[in-house]
Amino acid sequence: MIETEGLTRKFGDLTAVENLTLRVNEGEVFGFLGPNGAGKTTTIRMLCCLISKTGGTANVGGFEIGNPENALKIRKMIGLVPDNVGLYDSLTAYENLDYYGTLYGRSDSQRRESNEYFLKMLGLWEKRDVLAGVFSKGMKQKLAIARALIHDPELLIMDEPTANLDPEASKAVRDFILDLKKEKKTIFLNTHNLDEAQRVCDRIAILNTRLMAVGTPEELERSVKGRKTAMQLRQVDDVILNSLKRLGVRNLVRDGNRLTVDVVDPEEENPKMVDAVTAAGGRVVTVSVLGSTLEDAYLGLVRAKTQ
Amino acid sequence: MPWVVAKKEFKVTRRKKSIMVYLVGLPFLMAVAFSLLVQNDVANASLSSATLGLALLTFIFVILAAVLPTSIAAYSIVGEKVEKSLEPLLATPTTDGELLLGKTIGAFVPAIAATLGGSLVFMAATDYLTYNTLSYYYFPSWIPGITLLVVAPLAAIMGIEVAVILSSRVSDVRGANQLAGLMWIPFMTVFIAGVEGAISFDVATLLVISAVVGIADLVLFFLSRAIFNREEILTKWK
Repeated sequence: MIETEGLTRKFGDLTAVENLTLRVNEGEVFGFLGPNGAGKTTTIRMLCCLISKTGGTANVGGFEIGNPENALKIRKMIGLVPDNVGLYDSLTAYENLDYYGTLYGRSDSQRRESNEYFLKMLGLWEKRDVLAGVFSKGMKQKLAIARALIHDPELLIMDEPTANLDPEASKAVRDFILDLKKEKKTIFLNTHNLDEAQRVCDRIAILNTRLMAVGTPEELERSVKGRKTAMQLRQVDDVILNSLKRLGVRNLVRDGNRLTVDVVDPEEENPKMVDAVTAAGGRVVTVSVLGSTLEDAYLGLVRAKTQ
Repeated sequence: MPWVVAKKEFKVTRRKKSIMVYLVGLPFLMAVAFSLLVQNDVANASLSSATLGLALLTFIFVILAAVLPTSIAAYSIVGEKVEKSLEPLLATPTTDGELLLGKTIGAFVPAIAATLGGSLVFMAATDYLTYNTLSYYYFPSWIPGITLLVVAPLAAIMGIEVAVILSSRVSDVRGANQLAGLMWIPFMTVFIAGVEGAISFDVATLLVISAVVGIADLVLFFLSRAIFNREEILTKWK
């Protein structure tokens, strides 16, 4: 659905996005993570043909960006939820949707149908004649999502959809994204909410002007060096320690009945260690993976770039 | 597509009480005040100076036409900037030209309707109040016809183009309004020149004024067209 090759955007001497190469497949929820100023919004704007690129290539739905003739076709196939909801406060919820439906060339009957469908789906139907200006942040965000979907776009691009929302509203938005995921809608989710990315995304890219990493949340977690497994045993003795050493574990540290070792792939190594301890007569109380979250991967990559 | 944008602008304008009061109240007040003024003047003046006075007062509606749409256009563009609604709008499959044209129509139609509405009240009231003194109906005639149907619309377009250009440099509606409100200056200068007798508001003069304003409109149109594009709006506008 999206393919970029060396995509670059500079503002004078400042490089906002540098040599970005990535691919977003149809039907996947693709997370785009990065700190503030990493170039996430600039990338979105380039993909939506709102601003030009200064280098590289990109195509959306098979149409090359940068070609004025393609810009309208690309914008027609995209639904954008910007970081600021940007609703018309003096129009009602229904009118906000209807206006955008008209701008996307939907017929009267199509608009009536989709306005009702999305307003009901997002629990806003009863408020359809209320001015958007009096809506809560969560309701506005829902309406902005409905607006982006009103023309049944092939690609939904969301820029920080849960920023500034309370936990309940965030959950509602996230659940809606998960519903769209079930419908195999392609979603490009720009966020710096790691938990959200991990919960909803099939794959994640970490951007900090340059692309730092891309993969599934699990792949990114595994890519972090220095992951550790902690095992709490009923009792530790030399037989157990020796059996673990024979297994070739790295940096075995004992702290009372707690053992810590470095691991590369916890899913593969942890069961072997548990088997070794059990075979040596030990009893495992708990096993936990330390310092091996998406957050570690993210922070490691972002800090590496900063340094 | 421009009509879709314009219709939404009409709806928003209708719901902005301050703009509606301004749009309806100002032309109506001017119409009533000027016709009462004319009744008094015509009763005490010669026929030639009375008709000159009528032409001058009609020209004030040109000033009104230049100033009224600036508020609507300023709100329509700077207001969207403030509400952050420009980005999703720019992400729709509309061209920059369609959006600009839609916003221009959205400001032009209500402003010119209010100006012509006010001038109709003024003309009807003036004819009614001055018929006994003049022994004929001054309105309608060529001079007010050209003033209201040619010069006033051109002045309104000028006001809108100026508002679009200023919208890229200001970040709040009030600032845009204040700056665009200065649109009365060039037309007031012409009006004062008429009062002082430096120019006369005959058909030839009005056609020259129309040509000058028309050329200014063209220049301002190209300027506003260059400023009102997605890249500029998202990267350079304040």
